[in-house]
Amino acid sequence: MRNETELGVLDKNKIARLALLGAPNCGKTSLFNALTGGRAKVANYPGVTVEYRKGMFSLPNQQEIELLDLPGVYGDCGHSMDERVAIDAVRGNLKGERRPDGLIFMMDASQVTTHLHNVLQAKNYGLPMVLVLNMMDMAARDGIDIDVGQLEDMLGVPVISCVAVRASGRAHLLDFLSEWTGDVLHGSAARPTIEADTLKDLQAKARQITGGTVSRIQQAETFTQRIDKIVLHPVLGLLLLLGILFVMFQAVYSWSGPGIEAIEAIIGWMQSGVNSVVPEGWMRSLLSDGIIAGVGSVIVFLPQIVILFAFILLLEASGYMARAAFLVDTIMARIGLNGRAFIPLLSSFACAIPGIMAARTIEQEKDRLTTILIAPLMTCSARWPVYFLIIGAFIPAQKVGLFSLQGLVAFGLVIVGIIFAMIMAFLFKKTLMKGAKSTLLIELPSYKAPVFKDYLRGLWERAMIFISRAGRIILPTSILIWFLASYPANSATIRETFAGKIGTILEPVLKPIGFNLEIAISLIPGMAAREVVVGALGTIYALGADADEKLSQTLQNAWSLPTALAFLAWFVFAPQCLSTLAIMKKETNGWKWPIFAFAYLFVLAYAAAGITYHTAKAFGL
Amino acid sequence: MTLRELAKHKPARIIGFKTDDSDKETRLREIGFAEGDIVEALHFGLFGRNPMSVRLNGALIAMRSAEAQAVLVEPLNA
Repeated sequence: MRNETELGVLDKNKIARLALLGAPNCGKTSLFNALTGGRAKVANYPGVTVEYRKGMFSLPNQQEIELLDLPGVYGDCGHSMDERVAIDAVRGNLKGERRPDGLIFMMDASQVTTHLHNVLQAKNYGLPMVLVLNMMDMAARDGIDIDVGQLEDMLGVPVISCVAVRASGRAHLLDFLSEWTGDVLHGSAARPTIEADTLKDLQAKARQITGGTVSRIQQAETFTQRIDKIVLHPVLGLLLLLGILFVMFQAVYSWSGPGIEAIEAIIGWMQSGVNSVVPEGWMRSLLSDGIIAGVGSVIVFLPQIVILFAFILLLEASGYMARAAFLVDTIMARIGLNGRAFIPLLSSFACAIPGIMAARTIEQEKDRLTTILIAPLMTCSARWPVYFLIIGAFIPAQKVGLFSLQGLVAFGLVIVGIIFAMIMAFLFKKTLMKGAKSTLLIELPSYKAPVFKDYLRGLWERAMIFISRAGRIILPTSILIWFLASYPANSATIRETFAGKIGTILEPVLKPIGFNLEIAISLIPGMAAREVVVGALGTIYALGADADEKLSQTLQNAWSLPTALAFLAWFVFAPQCLSTLAIMKKETNGWKWPIFAFAYLFVLAYAAAGITYHTAKAFGL
Repeated sequence: MTLRELAKHKPARIIGFKTDDSDKETRLREIGFAEGDIVEALHFGLFGRNPMSVRLNGALIAMRSAEAQAVLVEPLNA
């Protein structure tokens, strides 16, 4: 144990605040996770809703550090909302946030030649700064040799080489920070000299520096280039992307069976446990039919949600996602958007909320608004419980060639959503969002194997979000639905209950599109979140059904096939989700766009359900 | 000629920028395009060679023709 005097410059009472700055994909988040052990607080900057992560860790000399993981940014102009937040944070212009004491500028070592002028730009912030060259191992593999000492001299800031994903690769950085952070807190760390201010001059100087310090042995072809010959091929690449999406949706069905059965077994075991312990009466009904049936009917889809995210996170971490943006840009251009919108839209397959927030990376305001408006048409994970339930109950589990018919139907629903998103985007750009030109300028990162720990952590976070939603939203609504559908106590049929009376008001509106009273009732709490509909149906039918019957079996008896299909069609558009409307209000500064989105989605949902219902009936289904 | 007209796998040197939109030039420079750099077109989108991906100092950049038109280049072995 070292004592106080040996620690020298260490000031135990002071926490050093350091910010991680750098281009997208340079490994900031990997370093952040490695240093803080992933114990991050996700928070919003006051006033704007750009998420950032803050975490604490201790250096080898016990100095406490508060580390900020900022959005990726190239220069200091801030063309999009999230870039502006990164720059404001560094400049100390964010209300309620203290300016960082020092900057850790991170850079992919193999991109030094391309990005060094960004370091010179960052010197002008006037904060103590260290340049961390990440992925030195991969740069060496690509034949890039960097004279770190020479670079440090010419640049005028400390330069540390690093392999952020390995403990041995971070040791050098931690040793450096131990000394440097003390100097930073005592104001004795060197502040960088201010550089010339035109970008052109900065680039010329940066090229001069790299010319003397970075040498590159011309390699025949890198691993990434070889793979890109197929992945970025205009035809093969698009086919591959379609194939990946297709396999993803097939896997969601084919691999989730055992997990679902296990969860169903637990639910059944809990219900029979309650039934044997709690005497017959309202309490047993509340626990068994209200809480366990309601929450259970949503939790049962956890395995499928996890498989879906296993794919999405893998595509993100491997560097494929930006390539998907490149591939679809040629199609996005037809509808007036750009490939950058693909990433928010793909996130919307998990949930429209992160998708709408991710639209902040889109530079043109009208493109951003259009993307926000069509984001709810992507099949979010809240729709999956509904699809899984209805498809499981009404679409036979048979094979069509190599593929499962259920998987094909689910895939079809996703495609219909995408097609309508494209049509709506096209119409919006032709009318409401006229005149905006869209651009695309993104870096396609090198392929890399995902860091297993980061990957599992991401997957775990997603699963916990799903479960906690079930707790926070589904649990209370299940109890409410149970109450409304159980009382007054002497009700002989669902129609006489409170829920039935509310549903009766909606019934005439929904009857023309084939929806029955139970659906009308379930759509009301379904305003809170789409998957609540499944929980609500679970509760409503559990109250009236045989104890052991599964919800899907009950539905098979209670609904006609046209009704089931109309219900699926409704959910392709389903306007109901209060959280989505709330985030839209926040991101567009007003109620105008959320109200517009709700209205247009309602019209589409109603029309789609009606057309589906009457077409199915006409075909005698 | 502009980067937009560059044939696949024909390296060229950047000699300047030409655009009415100063913001566009800034964005191109910030992401790494500079006078003297060597660029090479590697991939094109399905319709109208748009977007295109360009190799620049070991980075791979995806861009639309509107951006590529703002970059002036001269082929290396012309």
